[in-house]
Amino acid sequence: MAITQATDAPIGMDEAQRNAAAWLSNYSAILLLGLVLLFLPAIANNFFLDQIVGWALILGMIALSLMFLAGYGGMVSLAQMTVAGIAGYMIAVFGASSLPAISLFWPWWVAVPIAILIAGAFGTLAGALSARTEGIYTIMITLALASAFFYLALQNWPIFNGFNGFTTIPAPHFLGVNWRSPVPFYYLVLFFAVLSYFVVLYVSRAPFGLALQGVRDNPRRMEAIGYNVTAHRIAAYAFAALIAAIGGILLVWQNNQISPFSVGVDVVINLLVIAVVGGLSHPIGPFIGAIIYVILRTFALDALVAVGLDGRRFQTLIGLGFLVIVLFSPDGVIGIWRHWSSRIRARGARSGF
Amino acid sequence: MSTIAERIAAAGTGNAIDLRGVSRYFGALAALIDVTLSVRPGERRAVLGSNGAGKTTLLNCVTGDFPPTSGTVRFFGEDVTTLPPHERIRRGLRRTYQISLLFQRLSVRDNIYLACRGVSRGRFSFLRSRASDAIMQSVSDLLTLVHLDSVADRLVGELAHGQQRQLEIALALAGAPRFILFDEPAAGLSPSERGDLVAILTALPAHIGYIIIEHDMDVALRVVESVTMMHDGRIFKEGAPHEIEADPEVQQLYLGGGHA
Repeated sequence: MAITQATDAPIGMDEAQRNAAAWLSNYSAILLLGLVLLFLPAIANNFFLDQIVGWALILGMIALSLMFLAGYGGMVSLAQMTVAGIAGYMIAVFGASSLPAISLFWPWWVAVPIAILIAGAFGTLAGALSARTEGIYTIMITLALASAFFYLALQNWPIFNGFNGFTTIPAPHFLGVNWRSPVPFYYLVLFFAVLSYFVVLYVSRAPFGLALQGVRDNPRRMEAIGYNVTAHRIAAYAFAALIAAIGGILLVWQNNQISPFSVGVDVVINLLVIAVVGGLSHPIGPFIGAIIYVILRTFALDALVAVGLDGRRFQTLIGLGFLVIVLFSPDGVIGIWRHWSSRIRARGARSGF
Repeated sequence: MSTIAERIAAAGTGNAIDLRGVSRYFGALAALIDVTLSVRPGERRAVLGSNGAGKTTLLNCVTGDFPPTSGTVRFFGEDVTTLPPHERIRRGLRRTYQISLLFQRLSVRDNIYLACRGVSRGRFSFLRSRASDAIMQSVSDLLTLVHLDSVADRLVGELAHGQQRQLEIALALAGAPRFILFDEPAAGLSPSERGDLVAILTALPAHIGYIIIEHDMDVALRVVESVTMMHDGRIFKEGAPHEIEADPEVQQLYLGGGHA
């Protein structure tokens, strides 16, 4: 049982003080994390800011769209990376790139809404196609959509420029800021990551989110108490696609390029791994999974070489790391964290502290 | 319990449930044969019978979970024979389920909330409900009505069996029910939980009528004023609880038949 923090507060505090103390002790971890993220540019170098935390926040956002569908809706969609990829491609097609033959060079404030709209339409369509399926069949349909888009992009030259894809895709300049320089870009990414995190958290307790969880637990009963289950699922895909599309746009600005290999089946699987390793039961999970993935991806090679092993085996190391986490906790890192915090609290309660 | 006259006065005229010549076949198997049954608004009726007598099939024909092979079903005068279940729900018909079909990973409060929201507007709302919202108010009323205040924020998966049955009743009461079909609500309950169940059923608002399907005669006969006995897909006796209890044919077939 959870110990209410308020009762632990010293006697003599009034209600408001007790509430504030309870709030602080409940949210101290998230408060600390928020402060660190906010002031990170003051302590971290540009590589860490951009290639570690920035990348993890973007991947976390795209994985968050998967977590929303899988964790709240019970729908494991492998098409979320494809939604992000389509948004990225559309930014290159409607905005600027090194290919004047294809790119339309429209300003970012036209290209961005178009990209979100097209990617959102694709995500919604993926939902419409898979909403009447469950479990493994949802995974198969969305995987088929993801690999179909990969091959389309690979083989289509007039729009997607085949396997070369697009390079030199600039992030916007506005308000006198170059948003691709490391610190502004970090804050841009941080803003959207935090926004999407809190929006998902909020929606999970709103009628729509609760109904989605009802659909996950028992679709037949949801029909029986007056809900249109299929419509609810499709709407969830549309909402998730919005988050994935924004993530995809940030990703293409960060990488400055996009190609079919940005949306290949291996990338699609990596995104699933990120979400599952972090944990599907809370929107913080995908971000935890993403930071673990990015750190392993960035440093595993060097770590292997440092201990005298073949650096090319870094994928094996990543795989082993994920295997260990999933093996010990079906709910990923969140599950491990919940397990430990409940043990610590139980110990605290026994010793009367 | 309020008197039947008061309840009928509160619920209006005509029949709440009107079955005319309803039959239901599963292939060659006749589960229900030419059943004609009327229940007045506010009336509380038990449908009793041994396993395979057709009780649950009767209930499914009324809710629309599967339609009758022949015959008509009327709900408050309206022919609902071909309407899907959710349309009947919007007209005020509710049912409970014998097996647990609750939302296991949501709290008790959230389960009732979903049921209340399901028959109102705003099912797709992305905005949270305020505590003062009318739906939130009816959620807390229902929690009290089924004696689940103390476990409102527990996950349903953690509840005792008896509490899950009580929650099942709360889901049926969400919105504005006019008539409820209870499918063996006492199944698997302890004697004290049966007492709670009887208290909850007898305390239901006067205008709400119900049909209760039950194996346990003790529970069923305490919460109804009329009884329909079924056997082999047919109705073979109707009457007040004391008449049914005293009937030698019923005792022979049901009470003495090794099923009770």
